[in-house]
Amino acid sequence: MKKGSPTYEYIKGVWKENPVLVQLLGMCPTLAVTTTVENGIAMALATSFVLIMSSLIISAFRKLIPSSVRIASYIVIIATFVTLADRFLAANFYDISKALGPFIPLIIVNCIILGRQEAFASKNTVKMAFLDALGMSTGFFIALFLLSSVREILGNGTWLGIHVMPASFKPWLVMIMPPGAFFTLGIILGISAVIARKTKKGA
Amino acid sequence: MELILLFISAAIVNNFVLSYFLGICPFLGVSKKTDAAFSMGIAVTFVMSITAAVSWLVNNLILIPFHLEILQYVVFILVIASLVQFVEMFIKKVSPPLYRALGIYLPLITTNCAILGLALFISLREYSFLEGMVFGLGAGVGFTLALVIMAGIREDLELADVPESLKGAGITLIIAGILSLAFMGFAGLI
Repeated sequence: MKKGSPTYEYIKGVWKENPVLVQLLGMCPTLAVTTTVENGIAMALATSFVLIMSSLIISAFRKLIPSSVRIASYIVIIATFVTLADRFLAANFYDISKALGPFIPLIIVNCIILGRQEAFASKNTVKMAFLDALGMSTGFFIALFLLSSVREILGNGTWLGIHVMPASFKPWLVMIMPPGAFFTLGIILGISAVIARKTKKGA
Repeated sequence: MELILLFISAAIVNNFVLSYFLGICPFLGVSKKTDAAFSMGIAVTFVMSITAAVSWLVNNLILIPFHLEILQYVVFILVIASLVQFVEMFIKKVSPPLYRALGIYLPLITTNCAILGLALFISLREYSFLEGMVFGLGAGVGFTLALVIMAGIREDLELADVPESLKGAGITLIIAGILSLAFMGFAGLI
């Protein structure tokens, strides 16, 4: 796949430049909200909305924003979309909004979003910026989905609220507490490093 | 007495890094050397204390009386960004050695989610001005503590035989997990 082609810009966010597993960005929400799969999905969708919308706006206005005040402008644009997402969740999905608490407003300082604006959207066309944002969102979604699945199954014996473990299974309470988040992500990073090395050797 | 409890709770029991997952990026990024970790911790504590005061004033004297709570996030992040810029200029003028020691870490504080998290927690829990200040200071001390402990462990880790795939972030996260378990032991303190 050639660098710069539309498919490449989409695919790279999923694995090669996965924001969480490879670039180690956006760790705070990744670790904090993945106690259940439902919360993980809600967080991933909210972040995707903000990332895609702000990428579109910023790449459309990239010639109008003076470079000396660009970071401040990006932050204000991002904060506006986060406020929209926050109000939407509070109005339609009150329980989820309550469970995620301050982590919805904290999307503003999620480094994935500002990082993509600075590294990509501010230099590329609207179409490319959209594909890039979509790819990064997919990568973020996959990482959150993996992490929250492991934590919910081991820590609670359920997956999306459905019992999946046998009745004799004692939930590992530590998995839904903060230490569990660190352990699970550390091990997932290790496994993905093994896979990355294996595929590199094969190619 | 309550203020002391609040301080201990913010610094140790509900440590920002190890139990709220705020400020993980600098926690993973700047914890390779103990002195750099300590400088970063001091810079964050400093900005946190000022943010706690300014965001409380803005929230309670401007946003709430004029019913502009919807603008809270935009205003908070702007306050933090300009505050960091201001603190940077101030330190550069007053103490050039300190400025050089903090280096790149100062501007990076803007995107540290612990700072915005602090401002949000203060408004969410409706702390009074004094409580907010103590909470901000405690959170900063807790952040410094976690960062310095982590840096100390990572300095020793350079000599350890870590599995190839876990090197770097993997092992750091697992250590953070163990640290977080240890900090959970303080839960009985309050």
